[in-house]
Amino acid sequence: MSENYFEILRAGINSTFQDLGRNNLYHIGIPFSGAMDKRNYLLANKLTGNDHNHPVIEFAYQGPHVKYHGDKINIAITGDVSFKIKNGNNLIDGECYQSFILENDDELDIISTNKSVYGYLAISGTFDLKFQWSSCSTNTKAKIGSNNGEKLSDNQKIIIKEINNNFVSRKLNYINKKIENIRVIKGTNFNYFSEEGKKIFFKNEFKVSKLSDRMGMRLEGKKIENIVDTNIRSEGLIKGVIQVPADGNPIIMLSDHGTIGGYPKIGVVVSADYDKLVQLTPGSTIKFQEVDLNSAENLFKLYDLETQNLISQI
Amino acid sequence: MIKNISNLGDAALYCDFGKEINKDINTHVIKYFKTIQKKNIPGINNITPSYNKLIISFDLKKINFNKLKKIIDNIEIIQNDSIQNKKFEIPVCCEKGFSLDIKRLEEKLKMKEEKIYESFFEKEFFCYMTGFIAGMPFLGDLDENLRAKRLDTPRVKVPKGSIGLTEQFANIYTFESPGGWNIIGNTPLNIFDSSKENKPNLINPGDLVTFKRITKENYQNYHE
Repeated sequence: MSENYFEILRAGINSTFQDLGRNNLYHIGIPFSGAMDKRNYLLANKLTGNDHNHPVIEFAYQGPHVKYHGDKINIAITGDVSFKIKNGNNLIDGECYQSFILENDDELDIISTNKSVYGYLAISGTFDLKFQWSSCSTNTKAKIGSNNGEKLSDNQKIIIKEINNNFVSRKLNYINKKIENIRVIKGTNFNYFSEEGKKIFFKNEFKVSKLSDRMGMRLEGKKIENIVDTNIRSEGLIKGVIQVPADGNPIIMLSDHGTIGGYPKIGVVVSADYDKLVQLTPGSTIKFQEVDLNSAENLFKLYDLETQNLISQI
Repeated sequence: MIKNISNLGDAALYCDFGKEINKDINTHVIKYFKTIQKKNIPGINNITPSYNKLIISFDLKKINFNKLKKIIDNIEIIQNDSIQNKKFEIPVCCEKGFSLDIKRLEEKLKMKEEKIYESFFEKEFFCYMTGFIAGMPFLGDLDENLRAKRLDTPRVKVPKGSIGLTEQFANIYTFESPGGWNIIGNTPLNIFDSSKENKPNLINPGDLVTFKRITKENYQNYHE
């Protein structure tokens, strides 16, 4: 076989190449990007025998439908995803957290994510991609990264330049749990908000809005009243920061966020809850729970240990 | 100097240089930024200088807030670092179709268009920081009489190259993006180039910038 590639019959809603993203570029306005749900990204790579910083295809809601051309290859899908594999006349229901072999002319149809946003497709091979600042991660807003900074499109060809001849069948018993309680540390402008506003933030439920993407998650709920100033001097942001603009509805910064912002910061999502946060679909409810720095650090240790355990089970 | 260091979430230091915004304070911020960048402290994955703040984010697997705070508290700033202020002259066309908000500014500032431009083009600006979108420079300070608030409703799409004003600052939209600044013109010059990985930003913090008015014809025939 001269060339191994995916022919994209349907690209899906927002399918992009991602890895662990890029560091140390905030000061010129370039965010981390990278896989939104890092745990599922890492598991997908382990299931296909790759190392931890290996490009995969991230998809949101509806994923790609591809036809495979080439020598046999292993694939794995992680998240909470419905997909089918068509080999010859057989149509197989796919299962997440399990490797599958694709042969020449097989089709993989990633129908949808179930009650979650992001899923990952990894292959036992290497996509032929252009890297920028040592990362393939595509930031479609800044047009940075592989595929000319664009999401995948219909009828395009994705070339696989190398297949690792590693066809071990791998499987993990894991269910991607959903959480609606998101733990936060108070932000640097917490005191800009009225007592009532602070209470609303920690006691009320918020709804994830449709205007959410890889840059940010917008929330809707009871207005959080600002009693100091609805603008601050523009300053750096990090992912997980919850800003409240003048309309009183929180916005959470996600992986492709603007690096500088001028709205008051009411809180910051703890690192341990980030992977779960990004999976909340529009319409889901979200409730914030306050934790201190020490607890947040311990929560992250536990979460990371759990991820490492899952990886070592594969 | 840093007045206070607090935590921004569980994986970032928030270094506060005080309330004021001026070149001296910003120069301090940039000195800290350059020093920390040079020291290659393990665990740090981003440092963001702004007018009067420095945010240092880190990998929680490698270091934590208290350990990093101790390092930053005791850091010795490289004083006579070779910060070389470069100077740039940015061509701007202010004709119809480029100066999207000039009428709004005339109204808000109670000034005639020509006076606004005169005051703007006379000024030498200082680059305080870059960011929000890749390569966007935040330039100050506009004269008091040119200071206006952001648009009430931000534009969904501000064209690439747009020059915007708000409060005491001017900026340049390095690519098409949402935004709420008052647009007074557009430059044909490429301010951000992602293919130049070592130097994607034309303008960097500490640089000095002036603007030069060009005609639509110059704009269309512009070659870098």
